[in-house]
Amino acid sequence: MSGIQSGAPDRAEPLLFELGSPGRSGIDLPAPSGCATRLGSAERSTGIGLPDLDEATVVRHYTRLSRLNHGIDTAFYPLGSCTMKHNPRLHEKLARLPGFADVHPLQPASTVQGALTVIDELARWLRILTGLPAVAMWPAAGAHGELCGLMAIRAAHEAKGEARHRILVPDSAHGTNPATAAFCGFEVEKVQEGADGRVDTASLEAALGPDVAAIMLTNPNTCGVFESDIQAMAEATHAAGAYFYCDGANFNALVGKVRPGDLGVDAMHINLHKTFSTPHGGGGPGAGPTVLSAALAPFAPLPWVLHEDDGQLRLLEQATGPAGASFGRLRAFHGQMGTFVRALAYCLSYGREGIRQVAEDAVLNANYLRSALANTLSPAYPGPCMHECLFDDSFLDGTGVSTLDFAKALIEQGFHPPTVYFPLVVSGALLVEPTETESRTTLDSFIEAARDLVARAHGSEADGFANAPGNAPRRRADETRAARSPVLRWKPSAAEHR
Amino acid sequence: MRWLPNTDADRRAMLDRIGVPAINDLFSDVPSEVLDPVLDLPPAASEIEIGRVFEELSGRNRAAGDGPFFLGAGAYRHYIPASVDALIQRGEFLTSYTPYQPEISQGTLQTLFEFQTQVALLTGCEVANASMYDGSTACVEATLMAARVTRRNRIAVADGLHPHWHETLTTYFHFAGLELVQLSGAEPGQWLPASPDALPDDCAAVLVQYPDVFGAVGDLRPWAEAAHAAGALLIVAVPETVALGALRSPGEDGADIVVAEGQSLGVGLAFGGPYVGLFATRDKYVRNMPGRLAGETVDTEGERSFVLTLAAREQHIRRGRATSNICTNSGLCALAFSVHLALLGETGLARLARLNHEAAVRTAERIEAVKGVSVANETFFNEFVVALDRPAEDVAAAMQRERGVLAGVPASRLYPGRDDLANHLLIAATELTTDDDIERLGAAFEETLR
Repeated sequence: MSGIQSGAPDRAEPLLFELGSPGRSGIDLPAPSGCATRLGSAERSTGIGLPDLDEATVVRHYTRLSRLNHGIDTAFYPLGSCTMKHNPRLHEKLARLPGFADVHPLQPASTVQGALTVIDELARWLRILTGLPAVAMWPAAGAHGELCGLMAIRAAHEAKGEARHRILVPDSAHGTNPATAAFCGFEVEKVQEGADGRVDTASLEAALGPDVAAIMLTNPNTCGVFESDIQAMAEATHAAGAYFYCDGANFNALVGKVRPGDLGVDAMHINLHKTFSTPHGGGGPGAGPTVLSAALAPFAPLPWVLHEDDGQLRLLEQATGPAGASFGRLRAFHGQMGTFVRALAYCLSYGREGIRQVAEDAVLNANYLRSALANTLSPAYPGPCMHECLFDDSFLDGTGVSTLDFAKALIEQGFHPPTVYFPLVVSGALLVEPTETESRTTLDSFIEAARDLVARAHGSEADGFANAPGNAPRRRADETRAARSPVLRWKPSAAEHR
Repeated sequence: MRWLPNTDADRRAMLDRIGVPAINDLFSDVPSEVLDPVLDLPPAASEIEIGRVFEELSGRNRAAGDGPFFLGAGAYRHYIPASVDALIQRGEFLTSYTPYQPEISQGTLQTLFEFQTQVALLTGCEVANASMYDGSTACVEATLMAARVTRRNRIAVADGLHPHWHETLTTYFHFAGLELVQLSGAEPGQWLPASPDALPDDCAAVLVQYPDVFGAVGDLRPWAEAAHAAGALLIVAVPETVALGALRSPGEDGADIVVAEGQSLGVGLAFGGPYVGLFATRDKYVRNMPGRLAGETVDTEGERSFVLTLAAREQHIRRGRATSNICTNSGLCALAFSVHLALLGETGLARLARLNHEAAVRTAERIEAVKGVSVANETFFNEFVVALDRPAEDVAAAMQRERGVLAGVPASRLYPGRDDLANHLLIAATELTTDDDIERLGAAFEETLR
């Protein structure tokens, strides 16, 4: 093994597999007794091939790797639709209390009343904030919540003896929407946006029919604007016998201000890692509790949390009694318990007034950026926007600089780029979501950097964009090579095999 | 509010800059009758108050570490080294997201590449993805992938699959149009027959849990041969990853897809989640695989770099024709898993697995001596099932109430209505099980079954 952990910070770090040396140990365990085994013919007789490492090497390895990452903790991270807001460390401490971190999902109910109370209390907050009467707490992430909602919708149609096959989804939707609908056995049909970035109500109404099971809309939508005709669309949907699934990825713009239940929504997942600030962790874990209308509530997944007459909580794990119409179990166990603790602590910290301020400040920050950059970048739609603002790439016309180049140049300025090339409905999209936890000062520095870059793109320095970023831990990666001949794991070299 | 940096003066100045008089002018697209509802919620609480609230709630649970503890059945209590938690709380890991910009995400990308390698090695497979939500949903994804690969829609499930995983499959299959065929099989505690039943026609996959729900282990090879002879894939579902340190590798014994619950390493019990699903398969199926993949490449200066790759399978590119709808997965849990396994290494994992097995053997030996308890397993790793002389639920409740011992998971919790399993109790032991715990369990059985 040839790896060396030294040299300049923020440069290459060897792989774990290049750092090991047989016989080292990063954890001291007692010696086994060597008793006879009861593994039978299943006992392993060959090695696995993992490297042996000492604790200091492991700590250094991950610490060095962490320094190659941009996080909310390091700088501004306006990744549209992903809601990268500050993650309070209080929540990390609370989630690690032994009564939450060290309880087993199959313990008797009498020994987990505190954990069930957290789930029940967070469910109450989510019902009140959304104005919907029921919530399925178990989906593991947003896309899992979408699946939960569509399963409830299909179960509700089946209970009425109706086989409805189509789901209407606008082009601006997150990719998870059509993927989830297809996963759940539906055909996906696109509906058009109008010139203002909103779903065209007339074309939606025209597409409705007796075989439409549901519409799937995001509100505020991925163009960052509120669907102002949403109540009319919900009414038309219900009149056609279909349900309204709302993608709640952008609920952080509305939390405390608007209850989706008042807009006619039948089902909506809530990404706790977005609106309620549980850490994104480099790609999860999330949590996607899904609120349901009275029409869909009977079909909610197992288990159900029930209040007993003596005030105790219990889990109903079978489709019997009140849960008789449940569509079943979505995963082995209930929970993202750690995520629930963090989200409930977030709610309690803000309280009823503060949580409204969250949405207001998120929207204020986005409009401030939009307004300050309106003549520098090119807003895709007229304002005001909600919690994020969408720009197209017409501000780069004639410069030879692409949206991707512009994003990479923002990295040079110390910012994480916005979401790029999404939504698909505008050319070269830049979707900027500042969130409420950024100060005006930070926004001003971003505005200044963006203006400076636009001036450079239109000046004599446009060539420099193609090589950006020059000061990041890596230059641009060869993604074509990665996809054409995939290398998806480390393998020992022939020499080491011998 | 400490998480909101803007002051009222900032807000005023920002509204002026935008050119609107009041905040609700920015909400002018919202129908006014639904704006600013009255909410029946409490006012804000301070950090000190919130600490008290959650300490109190935590105290109303019986933590696993509060006394003798023998629960398993798909979630296992293991020691997590202190460095794991310290490292995953590095803000650069904790507060980043999906690594869309590789230039500033090499930390996450390299750790995912290392995770994929560790999972491939552990399962004996050629390739693994960057994690799924948990073992049960990874198992669902494996069956759907088998259906895509074989263009068939029947999944044959061997006896011994965890009922919750089974129920999860049933839920998904109803909507995905797959058919579950249950193979007849084994008595609780006994491994599957060496020669499987004739498989149903047009079977996409045979699914075997290893160790099975009652802890039994045995030979996978006849099952791989039978599946392959029928043109089906063999899916092996592993509920306890530490077992792979002591058991023959499913990939080497013929599994085409191996899925596992990775909770045992780095993650903890956490009342059921978040957990981390492992998913591994053969190279030839990689383009049919669900989930994210990190791959190695070089940057423009030729330096080794990692990127997310083969995204053409995924929902954000392929939309309605994606291999899965999964987006956010279980990144931080995958990191915790990877750090824990890095600390263990080859030597440490083998020793940890051995310690788990020995703890279970000692537990079995102690309670086999109790009248009214009979261990049903010939083979097991760190969990086995006992048949008692009376309903297990009553016995476990009494042991918990009167002796403070969590003796195991009554089979009736997993199989309500199965009278033949009413007296069965699943008992798991790990490296955290002490000799004193085992003695207290034995004594509690003796007292309760007297």
